[in-house]
Amino acid sequence: MSLQAEQRREAYRRMLSIRRFEEALPKRIAAGEIPGAVHSSVGQEAALVGACMALRDDDWITGTHRSHGHPIAKGARLAPLMAELMGRATGVCKGRGGSMHLADASVGIIGESAIVGGGIPLATGAGLSAVVRGTDQVSLAFFGDGASNQGALHECLNMAAVWKLPVIFFCENNLYAATTPMLTTHAQPDIAKRAAGYAIPGVIVDGQRLDEVHAATLAAVERARRGEGPSLIEAKTYRFDEHAIGVFMPSHYRAAEEVARYRSELDPLVLYRARLLQAGHDEAELAAIEDAVASDVTEAVEFARKSPHPEPASVYENMYSNPIGYPA
Amino acid sequence: MQTNELSSLYGDAGSAVQPGASGVTAELTYLGAILEAQKEEMERDPNVILIGEDIALYSASGVLGKLDPKRTWNAPISELGFSGMAIGAAITGLRPIVDLTIASFVYLASDQIINQAAKLRFMTGGQVRVPVVFRMSMWHNGANAAQHSDRPYPMFMNIPGLKIIAPATPADMKGMLKSAIRDDDPVIVFEDNDLWSRKEQVATDPDFLVPLGKAAIRREGSDVTIVSIAGCLLHALPAAEQLAQQGISAEVIDVRSLVPLDRQTILASVGKTGRLVVVDYANRTASAASEIAAIVAEEAFDTLKAPIRRVTTPDVHIPFSPRMERPLYPNKDEIVAAATGIMN
Repeated sequence: MSLQAEQRREAYRRMLSIRRFEEALPKRIAAGEIPGAVHSSVGQEAALVGACMALRDDDWITGTHRSHGHPIAKGARLAPLMAELMGRATGVCKGRGGSMHLADASVGIIGESAIVGGGIPLATGAGLSAVVRGTDQVSLAFFGDGASNQGALHECLNMAAVWKLPVIFFCENNLYAATTPMLTTHAQPDIAKRAAGYAIPGVIVDGQRLDEVHAATLAAVERARRGEGPSLIEAKTYRFDEHAIGVFMPSHYRAAEEVARYRSELDPLVLYRARLLQAGHDEAELAAIEDAVASDVTEAVEFARKSPHPEPASVYENMYSNPIGYPA
Repeated sequence: MQTNELSSLYGDAGSAVQPGASGVTAELTYLGAILEAQKEEMERDPNVILIGEDIALYSASGVLGKLDPKRTWNAPISELGFSGMAIGAAITGLRPIVDLTIASFVYLASDQIINQAAKLRFMTGGQVRVPVVFRMSMWHNGANAAQHSDRPYPMFMNIPGLKIIAPATPADMKGMLKSAIRDDDPVIVFEDNDLWSRKEQVATDPDFLVPLGKAAIRREGSDVTIVSIAGCLLHALPAAEQLAQQGISAEVIDVRSLVPLDRQTILASVGKTGRLVVVDYANRTASAASEIAAIVAEEAFDTLKAPIRRVTTPDVHIPFSPRMERPLYPNKDEIVAAATGIMN
């Protein structure tokens, strides 16, 4: 079933929130307010939001080092995310996670792993948990083309398939693992075809088009809720920015023309905006969303900048559930 | 701490009986204690599940009673995958017990244990908890060669966020494993296969628990403190008995829990005796014994009457040949020699 008007507005709001959130960062990085490496999700918004719009609020997801888009796509508030990027005490992870780990449990995120492929077993286990607890929740693991070569994925695809766990393995294939083209590391360039090895559905979708991503994910979610087991979805997408801001890396691994073509012809926001107008939404309606998102991002930045830094001595908090005399 | 007698386990050297509230006990082996702790906790809490290789046997043999089949997950040989799945299940409401069988296999699962289980509570600012237990047996002293014989607890002691226990008696195994399952943090349980067949009377009370983080004084003494880890107790107690015959009064402490480590009990004992021998099955470099020796050297140097001695397995791989393997591990004679060597 395709998205209804209200859901389409929400999908656009979330996609645009990711875009504007990411666009606000370079200025703050230049000002020295965001330490560490920052991995932008610009270009991949339709894949992220298309997948999450097929999930319920109580479904689980895990994400990756490119972690800003996942919580926003799942409906998280922006301010605690921005505060986390600035390492503040009010950050979603209280300044302990940062850019690569924007896990917001309030929207069902149980981990954003900067160990490539590390979140996949967690998501699979959340699916197992739903089976044991007798709920109809599903779990979705976001991972990249790089992670598709980790053993963790193959072990978990197999176990999820054998045990018919309600898990969606969702590959954001942005074609490059840092600077390494996926065609040089994947004997079978269609990652979704690996599903055949585990006797589960494997679907390739255009990751730049939200409706396609949403429809494929919804089919996988419905199958999972029926108890029929996992699916593997590969969204062919593209990272518009470099691997990371704030880390020096060579940029000649992909042609400037290729980047320019994706930006001009396959921008998921441009494509979806046109789709909304075609579906009968008017300019005023979209402009209202755009204004609202702009103020959300501005407020998030202001909130983060005004927030206190964590007390250094508080670093020992949340090491354990109960005090164990730590530090020794 | 307790100093009760239990002749069936360690002869007259003493051990612990810790009856539950009812005071009723039954004879239990160390291995039986593991199975009974799991069974009781699975009956008590529907969120406790068991996952690992070859565990279907437990259900088939009736050890786990008439539990829902969804409570036991007989996994393929995918240690990384099912360990990580247990972590995800823990975060979302279950209390999984992961049976990694042999301790050397934990290396395959280490990324998930270290980078996810140990760190997620911290990295999420306390948004999630990770109540998962990883069980593994140290299969040393059985002619299984180097890839099945490791005692790898020290390397996990270097990972903040984990709790690590190494019980040495059936009662401690039952009571501490039950505590571990009820704990809200990831706990690694190092089992010692040298102890599997050991028996003692253990409380039958389903709420009999032994807390994590408390050492046990197995024998009181005044001249030298012998700190023992896991099955080293099998050698430490007879060593103390022999030392007594030589007129040396040794206090034997079974650490039971490596993280948290009961520093107070160890420091109080050394404060009394002024001498320390630490006995550890791990390889010598950066062993648990090294850490305990360092703590005492830093915190109680002024009370020491002699240098600290470590009795450990040397930095060598475990060979297949029993003739070569057996002498590598700490034994009674080495402990006696270490203690007598620091008496004058």
